[in-house]
Amino acid sequence: MADTPIPLEVRNIKKRFGDTEVLKGLSLEAHKGDVITLIGASGSGKSTFLRCMNLLEQPDEGELIVHGEEVRFKQTRHGREPADWKQVVRMRAKLSMVFQSFNLWAHMTLLENVIEAPVHVLGKPKKEAVEEAHALLERVGLSARADAYPAQMSGGQQQRGAIARALAMDPEVMLFDEPTSALDPELVGDVLKVMRDLAAEGRTMIVVTHEMAFARDVSSQVIYLHQGLVEEAGPPAEVLGNPRSERLRQFLAPKH
Amino acid sequence: MIDLHGYGPRLLEGALITIELALLSLVLAIVLGLLTASAKMSRSWLAHRIGTLYTTIIRGVPDLVLMMLLFFGGQIGVNMITDWLYYQFDVDIFININEFVAGVVTIGLIFGAYMGETFRGAFLAVDSGQIEAGRAYGMGPWLVFRRVRFPQMMRHALPGISNNWMVLLKTTALVSVIGLSDMVRVASEASKATREPFTFMMIVAIIYLLIASVSEWTFARLQKRYNIGYGEAE
Amino acid sequence: MDALMSWLQAYLAENSIFTLQTLSYYGEGLVTTVQLVFLSLVIGLVAAVPLAIGRGSKRPWVKWPIFAYTYVFRGTPLLVQLYLIYYGVVFVEGIQETWLWVILEEPFVPALIAFTLNTAAYTTEIFHGAIKATSRGEIEAARAYGMSRALMMRRIVLPSAFRRALPAYGNEVIFMLHASAIASVVTIMDLTGAARFVYARFYAPFEAFLFVAAIYLCLTFAILYVFRALERRLLAHLKPAGG
Repeated sequence: MADTPIPLEVRNIKKRFGDTEVLKGLSLEAHKGDVITLIGASGSGKSTFLRCMNLLEQPDEGELIVHGEEVRFKQTRHGREPADWKQVVRMRAKLSMVFQSFNLWAHMTLLENVIEAPVHVLGKPKKEAVEEAHALLERVGLSARADAYPAQMSGGQQQRGAIARALAMDPEVMLFDEPTSALDPELVGDVLKVMRDLAAEGRTMIVVTHEMAFARDVSSQVIYLHQGLVEEAGPPAEVLGNPRSERLRQFLAPKH
Repeated sequence: MIDLHGYGPRLLEGALITIELALLSLVLAIVLGLLTASAKMSRSWLAHRIGTLYTTIIRGVPDLVLMMLLFFGGQIGVNMITDWLYYQFDVDIFININEFVAGVVTIGLIFGAYMGETFRGAFLAVDSGQIEAGRAYGMGPWLVFRRVRFPQMMRHALPGISNNWMVLLKTTALVSVIGLSDMVRVASEASKATREPFTFMMIVAIIYLLIASVSEWTFARLQKRYNIGYGEAE
Repeated sequence: MDALMSWLQAYLAENSIFTLQTLSYYGEGLVTTVQLVFLSLVIGLVAAVPLAIGRGSKRPWVKWPIFAYTYVFRGTPLLVQLYLIYYGVVFVEGIQETWLWVILEEPFVPALIAFTLNTAAYTTEIFHGAIKATSRGEIEAARAYGMSRALMMRRIVLPSAFRRALPAYGNEVIFMLHASAIASVVTIMDLTGAARFVYARFYAPFEAFLFVAAIYLCLTFAILYVFRALERRLLAHLKPAGG
């Protein structure tokens, strides 16, 4: 194990929007098979933190090491930017993101969505990509909808499709940005089930979520963020079962 | 049967010139429009300024004046450059700005400015999440443009392109003024010679309406194609 | 800046094109252009209001002829319409012997007719679109208060439709200004006519046409400015409060 690099390591990430500092130095290490859930009230910075991990947001400070390769930055007129965008592209191909609003490409069928990045980013032969895509769609229970367009599918189906799209990249780490928040309550279960299966088979996942049951049952580590800082972190039994801070206790208290 | 006094074949040739001119200008306008849109959305101050200056001037000056400036002035300008090349480098080239070239360039330039606005609006209308998903999956800027932004932009741009095309088609009539034998010029000569303006101008009007109808049908089909995946929820 | 001014002075001192004589051509051309555009716009606007109401009528014999008129005049080049009317008038048998010839001899009147018919067609469609966009709620409210159709049109529908139509109508005004350049094709000495004359006389295309382009640009900006001001005034109620 010693020679396998850690899939994802971030150190001391800071980010400000204008005058407000939203991330005040956050670090995280995702080892193989880890399921890390980020929880916190809205505005705590959990989504921004996740988006910094694949550089959809540019952190003002901090280091990012993907599979042992550190991302290089340079200072420009517009602030800090990656020094080598080719490196960013390479690194993003190892981290697949699942978005809150699915973001399946609207002009492509589900199957086309799933094979798009493997074919055009990874350079996989199309035939191979299609075969794999069918297998993945089968896994998420959507093999019948391969030729449907996103607009023809329910939110839950779209999100499961988006997970298949993420899996098609065979990523080192999967990033989930509130994957169930935009779904009707009755559709949440299907998506969570797919995610539980992924965790069970040893996928490395980082999940921003409000689903406390998922965090408790599935994750190996829970991180509670408050105003851009880690307030509590540790195994779910500890953090969720025995919260130390009053704030987290209130956050976890059932809302009526 | 209507008596065309032998102008029939020339009128037909004129109609073909009108169509060729319109199509070539459209191609140029689309290329210029994409360039203008990217200049205007660019982070570069200079590119932004150039794009804005171009669209402002083009939209502030009559088509006919621009066409005459380019046709009458263009030859003198080109001659000055070729003369200079000849004296400096002994390169002898002769470029003739004929009516057709002047027509295509002017109309292309004019509608490039309008297309620029159309494309800019259409690019901005593409949901940012769609682009973000592309970037998140490791697509470079060109790949995102080619596979996501362009096809999605076209859906929003098509109504505007269609509008611009209809106006462009009618603008081609102006080339008759600088001497190109498009169908309007043929019809105007025929009107004067035969003293039957109604016959010839009506025929030309009907041909324009016909081209417009065919275009409308074509654009409706294109729109259907680019609308794929939208608004057909079960 | 000083270098530019001294260059300009030197240029003007030795220039033989922009004399008082040629400038007066441009001046007269400006007057003709403004007259032509202004008159056709005013007449076209007045005609477009009833036409737009009729265009939305339920009676087919009112609706379809108006639709045919706007379809043809919006679907064909203004130049073709101008030729049709200009030559059409000139070639009418025996017209040269009647009293009408005195006014029709000048190309101004055929051009005015063509421009008016053209702008009326476009304006009709602009108003028609604006009337159609009146919210159902406003119409229902008017009905609920017992307004007759005519009263509702006059008090509720038209005032709000005119306001909505303002931006599109501003474009139409600029379009007419630019389109009026083709008046020079039928020998009218408008702005473009003056430029063509100066070009032919001195064989100086850049000076002749760049100068006139600058004048058109200024006119365009003036129209834009007026419409912006009008929009700010008349469309203020559509802006979010305080904004």
